[in-house]
Amino acid sequence: MKPLLVLVVAAAAMPLLLPGEFYLAIATQVLVYGLFAVSVNLIAGYCGMVSLGHAAFLGISGYAFALLSVGAGWPIWAATTAALGLTSLTGAMFGLVALRTSGLSFLMITLALGQIVWGIAFRYVDLTNGENGISLPRPDGVLLHGTGLYYLCLAVTAGCMLFVTVLTRSPLGAAMQGVRDQPRRMSTLGYDVWAIRYVSYVLSALLAAASGILYMLTFRFISPHALSLTVSSEAVLMVIAGGLGTTFGPLLGAALVVLLKNVASAYTDRWPTLLGLIFLFIIVVVPEGLLPGARRLLGALKARVVAPDNIGANLTRASRIEGARQ
Amino acid sequence: MFWINGLLNSLAFGAILFLLAVGFSLIFGLMRVANLAHGAIFMLGGYIATSMIGFGFLAAVLAAALACAAFGGLVERSLIRRLAGRELAQVLGTLGLAFIIADQCLLVWSGDPIAQPAPALLRGTVEVAGVVFPAYRLALIAIAAIALAAIWLLVERTTLGARIRAAVDDREMARAMGIPVSRLFTTVFCLGAGLAGMGGALAAPVMSVYPGLDAEMLPLALLVVILGGIGSLSGAFVGSLLIGLIYTFGQMLLPDLAYVILFLPMVVVLAARPQGLFGRHMA
Repeated sequence: MKPLLVLVVAAAAMPLLLPGEFYLAIATQVLVYGLFAVSVNLIAGYCGMVSLGHAAFLGISGYAFALLSVGAGWPIWAATTAALGLTSLTGAMFGLVALRTSGLSFLMITLALGQIVWGIAFRYVDLTNGENGISLPRPDGVLLHGTGLYYLCLAVTAGCMLFVTVLTRSPLGAAMQGVRDQPRRMSTLGYDVWAIRYVSYVLSALLAAASGILYMLTFRFISPHALSLTVSSEAVLMVIAGGLGTTFGPLLGAALVVLLKNVASAYTDRWPTLLGLIFLFIIVVVPEGLLPGARRLLGALKARVVAPDNIGANLTRASRIEGARQ
Repeated sequence: MFWINGLLNSLAFGAILFLLAVGFSLIFGLMRVANLAHGAIFMLGGYIATSMIGFGFLAAVLAAALACAAFGGLVERSLIRRLAGRELAQVLGTLGLAFIIADQCLLVWSGDPIAQPAPALLRGTVEVAGVVFPAYRLALIAIAAIALAAIWLLVERTTLGARIRAAVDDREMARAMGIPVSRLFTTVFCLGAGLAGMGGALAAPVMSVYPGLDAEMLPLALLVVILGGIGSLSGAFVGSLLIGLIYTFGQMLLPDLAYVILFLPMVVVLAARPQGLFGRHMA
């Protein structure tokens, strides 16, 4: 709990330290995508079910918020509540379908479901304005300035992270991690594996919906691209880069991806290629996440530099060669 | 007339889906690898065929199939093998690869859709009992039927097929019996990628080739496999027909909601048989 508090204080000081609006906007984006990654981490990291269709929840929430607040003229709080409710309902429905399976089949079904929702956003032009997307008008009041928006995003993201932290330390959270590691044993112990997964999935959809609202407030524009497989995959990449099933991993991963994306956009418009290369790099070189991975690589490097003739190092090398032969 | 034409279009689209999905299903069944680059390889096949059309249609399709098969083999040897035993890493690796392929295709072939002419021989129409059919679509259906028969013969009637079936059932035991399972993996990956490339090349005259084709086809292939059952040949066949029918008629009757309708068969099948229509239960 304490590191979260430290992080919140540091993040709260951010607008005073950052040199300009542009950097503040990037920090805001990190919070928005960070919350989205937190939602993916809840189901993938703590419950062991990797979803490749989570952008659907971000998108449904964002579209619902935009359509209700602009199209139907609802006040913001009503549109927010309705968007969160509608997305949770969709999550509850998708969960019934996707959780008939687990593992790779779950991943494939969530991907297909996500693409179906993407197809609706793309094709159902009467409702969604198709490829042209929907814009929100300039906001008023506290959200007019970047700083107000930043603090709103910080409050929501920190609140959701606190919720996830408390949840994962609760008996339900322990049961989730038990289901992730030993589903059969948990089932033998009398836990309802399906129900635990279902609850996590719907909660995860709710968190993704919250990030969808922040997304709309931040970018004030949504198009089918927000629901695409790329966005779902970026979230999974963020979680894996930061470390699956860790508290701060998703935020760290989000910071990495958002920064890389912004830096890269200055030099090249081949972001998908770069994204793919980062995917391959992380999976092949540091599959356990950047921080633990870097620690392991540094340790290995140090061991090699300090004691090249060390018997232990030779043994590891020998066993590695043996492993490669098999 | 409306219904007969719709049926023919469904069958032709189902034929394309079959060529795409059967390779995915074989790879998954044998290696437990969900190759998410399959849609991108399909698109790559289509693009290669449009570039090779100068040498004739048949040569273009063959070139696409061979290039994609070689590429598949390379991917299996260099990436999939390195990640052996790590299901999630393999899936995400192929996903990363899919992004790279799609983006490089955009770089090479630009963002404009490329139309591919059908071969001269099949450009006309065929009249059966007073109803006019475009010849190329009939040919597509015939090719898919031939592919189905060939794959069935390969799997059920050859030594290679027997080895594949043995490795699908029990990989460790197959290895212990002296079956070169790792070479089988490469072979099946080549075969699956080659079929996807051929599918893309054959689909080009009907659908043309454009950026985003991969993301459009991949979920359809996943649906086919989820419906039919993973690793099952008959499942891929029946699933392709079903999805082809539902998608085509959905687009004709309710163009806005064609994608939503795809949701329905998945719900029904998963509710009744989570392992798919022809799938065996996998732990």
